[in-house]
Amino acid sequence: MAFGRSDRRRRSAAAEPVTLKILVAGGFGVGKTTLVGAVSEIQPLRTEEALTEAGRPVDDLDGVEAKTTTTVAMDFGRITVNEGLVLYLFGTPGQDRFWFLWDELARGALGAVVLADTRRLADSFSAIDYFERRGLPFTVAVNCFDGADRYPPQAVREALDLAPGVPVMLCDARLRNDARDVLISVVEHARETGIGRREPALP
Amino acid sequence: MTEQDGRAPRDRETARWFDDDAGPVVRPYAMTRGRTRTAAENRLDLIALVIAESRAEEAVDDQMLSPEHVEIVERCRQEPLSVAELAAGLDLPVGVVRVLIGDLLDADLVHVSRPVPPAELPDEKVLREVIDGLRAL
Repeated sequence: MAFGRSDRRRRSAAAEPVTLKILVAGGFGVGKTTLVGAVSEIQPLRTEEALTEAGRPVDDLDGVEAKTTTTVAMDFGRITVNEGLVLYLFGTPGQDRFWFLWDELARGALGAVVLADTRRLADSFSAIDYFERRGLPFTVAVNCFDGADRYPPQAVREALDLAPGVPVMLCDARLRNDARDVLISVVEHARETGIGRREPALP
Repeated sequence: MTEQDGRAPRDRETARWFDDDAGPVVRPYAMTRGRTRTAAENRLDLIALVIAESRAEEAVDDQMLSPEHVEIVERCRQEPLSVAELAAGLDLPVGVVRVLIGDLLDADLVHVSRPVPPAELPDEKVLREVIDGLRAL
């Protein structure tokens, strides 16, 4: 029995990977959960946050009781990078009024994907704005919907008024390889940004 | 026919009242006895991993533990699970699961791994590893 227990202890100690997260943001229906599902090793799971708990600052408002069962859903997936490293992907709630949840999601995040639809570019403004202000590295991925006009990344960059370093790419969020390439872009961008931050260029 | 018609809308209404949109019949925070916070909250990020302690094997039949507490311990005994995965698996709001995990931490039945401080970017080597790992997918 004692052996059994120490075995278990050793195993669980060895199996404590580092966990990282990348956010997937963008307007409602732009394909966030699709992208998560394309690369996740598990079916995207859904967590819910009860609004009155998360939205504690508004507890004084009238009608709060009616909101007790209101929940915000976040879909997420998981990629086991290797034995010691697990990457979680979180689709951010699509509605802007849930900003307070974004703060929790963004804390400690490696970076973010802003998924955009060229027919509704304005839907991605608030996510871009949010990540710019928080200094969180992000890649803009244009989800090329069937039947939507294709624009070159440069045109999208100009339309979104992005800083020069922000990667812009075209993808099909349903395809595993495309979704994977978008994530690689995020991590590479985070790495470059991190290097820039740690080793400021000499004047 | 008319009698059925008269009854049908009421039945539909009853059915609608208890469907998913009506929310849980027992409000989830009843499980935490009304508590919405735990002292361990800042350690319980969505991606913090919860790991069962070995003593949890003997202690899970503790009278103090709710079925949800026991389920968390049992799930974490299989493999370390993130707070988000536990919330999804138990189909409970994240806030509720945090309070329950806080209880289990207090009872030394689980511990939480949090290797990368949230304010810091993981180091170059880790990022390299992630990129290589993703390329190999």
